[in-house]
Amino acid sequence: MIRHLLSGADLDADTATQILDTAAEMAAVAGREVKKLPALRGRTVVNLFYEDSTRTRISFEAAAKRLSADVINFSAKGSSVAKGESLKDTALTLQAMGADAVVVRHPASGAPHRLADWVDGSVVNAGDGTHEHPTQALLDAYTMRSRLGRLAGLSVAVVGDVLHSRVARSNVLLLSTLGAKVTLVGPPTLIPVDIAAALAPGTDVCYDLDAVLPSSDVVMMLRVQRERMNDSYFPSAREYARRYGLDGPRMNRLPEHAIVMHPGPMNRGMEITPEVADSSRSTIVEQVANGVSVRMAVLYLLLGGNNR
Amino acid sequence: MAYPTAAQSPPPRQPSVKVILTSADVQRVVDRIAHQILEKTQGAADTVLLGVPTRGAPLAGRLAARISAFEGISVPVGVLDITLYRDDLRRHATRAVGPTQLPPGGIDGMRVILVDDVLFSGRTVRAALDALGDLGRPAMVQLAVLVDRGHRQLPIRADYVGKNIPTALAENVKVTLAETDGVDEVRLYGEEPAR
Amino acid sequence: MNSYLLKNVSVLGAAPTDLLIRDGVVAETGTGLSAPDATVVDAAGLVALPGLVDLHTHLREPGREDAETVETGSRSAALGGYTAVCAMANTSPVADTAGVVEQVWRLGREAGLVDVQPIGAVTVGLAGERLAELGAMADSAARVRIFSDDGHCVADPRLMRRALEYVKAFDGIIAQHAEEPRLTEGAQMHEGEVSTRLGLTGWPAVAEEAIIARDVLLAEHVGSRLHVCHVSTAGSVEVLRHAKARGVRVTAEVTPHHLLLTDARAETYDPVFKVNPPLRTATDIAALRAALVDGVIDIIATDHAPHAVEDKECEWAYARPGMLGLETALSIALDVLGPEWDLIADRMSRTPARIAGLTEHGHDPAPGAPANLTLVDPAARRVIEPAELASRSRNTPYARMTLPGRIVATFLRGEATVLDGKAVR
Repeated sequence: MIRHLLSGADLDADTATQILDTAAEMAAVAGREVKKLPALRGRTVVNLFYEDSTRTRISFEAAAKRLSADVINFSAKGSSVAKGESLKDTALTLQAMGADAVVVRHPASGAPHRLADWVDGSVVNAGDGTHEHPTQALLDAYTMRSRLGRLAGLSVAVVGDVLHSRVARSNVLLLSTLGAKVTLVGPPTLIPVDIAAALAPGTDVCYDLDAVLPSSDVVMMLRVQRERMNDSYFPSAREYARRYGLDGPRMNRLPEHAIVMHPGPMNRGMEITPEVADSSRSTIVEQVANGVSVRMAVLYLLLGGNNR
Repeated sequence: MAYPTAAQSPPPRQPSVKVILTSADVQRVVDRIAHQILEKTQGAADTVLLGVPTRGAPLAGRLAARISAFEGISVPVGVLDITLYRDDLRRHATRAVGPTQLPPGGIDGMRVILVDDVLFSGRTVRAALDALGDLGRPAMVQLAVLVDRGHRQLPIRADYVGKNIPTALAENVKVTLAETDGVDEVRLYGEEPAR
Repeated sequence: MNSYLLKNVSVLGAAPTDLLIRDGVVAETGTGLSAPDATVVDAAGLVALPGLVDLHTHLREPGREDAETVETGSRSAALGGYTAVCAMANTSPVADTAGVVEQVWRLGREAGLVDVQPIGAVTVGLAGERLAELGAMADSAARVRIFSDDGHCVADPRLMRRALEYVKAFDGIIAQHAEEPRLTEGAQMHEGEVSTRLGLTGWPAVAEEAIIARDVLLAEHVGSRLHVCHVSTAGSVEVLRHAKARGVRVTAEVTPHHLLLTDARAETYDPVFKVNPPLRTATDIAALRAALVDGVIDIIATDHAPHAVEDKECEWAYARPGMLGLETALSIALDVLGPEWDLIADRMSRTPARIAGLTEHGHDPAPGAPANLTLVDPAARRVIEPAELASRSRNTPYARMTLPGRIVATFLRGEATVLDGKAVR
């Protein structure tokens, strides 16, 4: 049984499938009269957020509360963290408070790994720098499985700023583990040349979005920050949107059953047009709901037993 | 299913294993419980059978099938997974959560009969009652078990008992069913059965 | 002055002999020597090497005395077998004036454990904008000959050209930290598979190679001496090989850690493995080792870079780059090169002394030579415990590794600085 969830690589196929199966049961709780389970009663979950990410924090908070855990929100603003307290000192504080799990969002890649060295409880990576965001990958996989019925054999195109995307890294790792075929699409400046070797050998890279669409079951659009054009990753937002943005005509080149995903928050008009984002193919709203179920499953997996 | 090879086959049974109910016995006992349910519930009106996994689920299905065979009445059947309500979660590695499936009509205002294979400490039933409370508000909850082996740790008793088997605390009762284990049988082990 | 009689010592691996140190020089060698006034050191099984010379040490004083001082760094050096170290200029204030280099030089003399030769900054405040007063530092009591902005690259090609030209007036040398700054903005580790997986911004090999290529061409153009700090890539080796074949007056160093550790160490995200230039790949290590043996890389230099605990016990991106090296360098050399004593003496003593112009150092222990030497027990193996190091900092990348060799004694101008493996003060 795993103790921390720091990377998509921490999950083998069995564990990942168990989380998705558990998430399906957790999802049923949302439709019940009492939206609460007693499984984590008496457990303390700390949300340690060094970056503003209200949606992720709320998702974890809802997940922990539905499992009856006590939740402490510890955000960087207005706290000792803002006063320059080191991550290690913060870790020791959380330790003293008896945190059974620390959910951490941090701008520095690897910060959750460091934290895991310093606390006894479980550490859940809620997004670290340009590294990983494993619960996002789990909720994406859950969404794909719900919509398409399976993961093995699916062709998934991940489009955009792969270089800086923690969502992309975790998705490549997890989807490959679960038997999907991932193709990374974007300008060469935003796709590391050794990404397949670094993450999952079966991963393909393609610089032409139009070539990939007709054979994709899933298109996952990554958020692209306009500021990247100032670093010469691409010439202009307009050129980016023209080459790699998903608009109506492009969407129509997808197979009938194909879905469009986005981890949010979206840059409408940049990587995705409103027409696509609001279409029936879009799973963007489902992804948010599924996030709570998947995070419940993760917290239960890590804290639901005696896994020390 | 493949035949077990020598390496996979379970270790020899303990010398003290005793078969309490044979396959034919199990069927007779299920029939009897079905009849009792029909009697006590005035024809199983407004009744739902909820099996507690693992073996309570197929038992609930069998009871419904027998009731249907005897009286032509269709009793809704569901599955109630109690994992997340157990009081011993922290004593074990994380347990896998199973599916909970309520019948389409739900359980509100219904007579819910929980179905399990063995009644022992009563803790499973306690967890099931907690889970039920979060799922809805039945008019009444009853309990049907294939075997009651005694040694209750909570104030719980069954409404329908297939067979009372007085046991020592160190003994163990193991129910196997065709659906889950390949054969219907109830065995009494002098010690923990080899798993 | 004390006298020491080393009994049965093996000078650079030769047959055992006795060696008498008196009046600051090696007075006599031969079997069966006796000297009633001398302290006898049983050196059976020990190898005598010329005292090691480090061309690249950060002593952190003035400014970060919590991380290292000239004294603690000197003690580290002596325990590592060194008799001379060149102290880098990136202190606070920066060693860019005669006043600061003289202060460091004087602190070194007061500590008296190794000769501390200050390096002067090339540009004012290491800012890369205008030349520091190189001549004033050369003329000071510290007699600075090596100038370096180490930690920063002298990136402006015109400024680099001028610096190379200017120091010819006093036979100076520019030691370049080769890192094209625009290619390494935000860089955290070697750019490659591991950085891609870890989501850490890459430091591409080409950022080093491009600067070395430019600088050897500049040095050739103006006929000046160039020294390349901490060469870390196979591509840099090829550039240097080419330059040397053309007769460019370029020398180069490699650090112990770049000879041993790969970028895979970053996978723990423990910044004790964060260093600049970063740890590279096994392919680079193989090329660096071969270049060190064949002479394309001239010397091993430690880039000893002490850092306070809070600068390392943190997130990788927030940690300062650098690792300790003085107390482990010889062990790494032994591990990498084997007991090739002449090669080790050349790469760690004679050649660095010659590059730095330290005439008292880098001489094999032979009658008449200055008694700057160190005794190594090549058979010893030791487990590196950070808490046992003499440095004020603990950021060794070799923690709990077992390494070969141990320094038993070090002599500086005939006086012991280390005896029985312990610093004399």
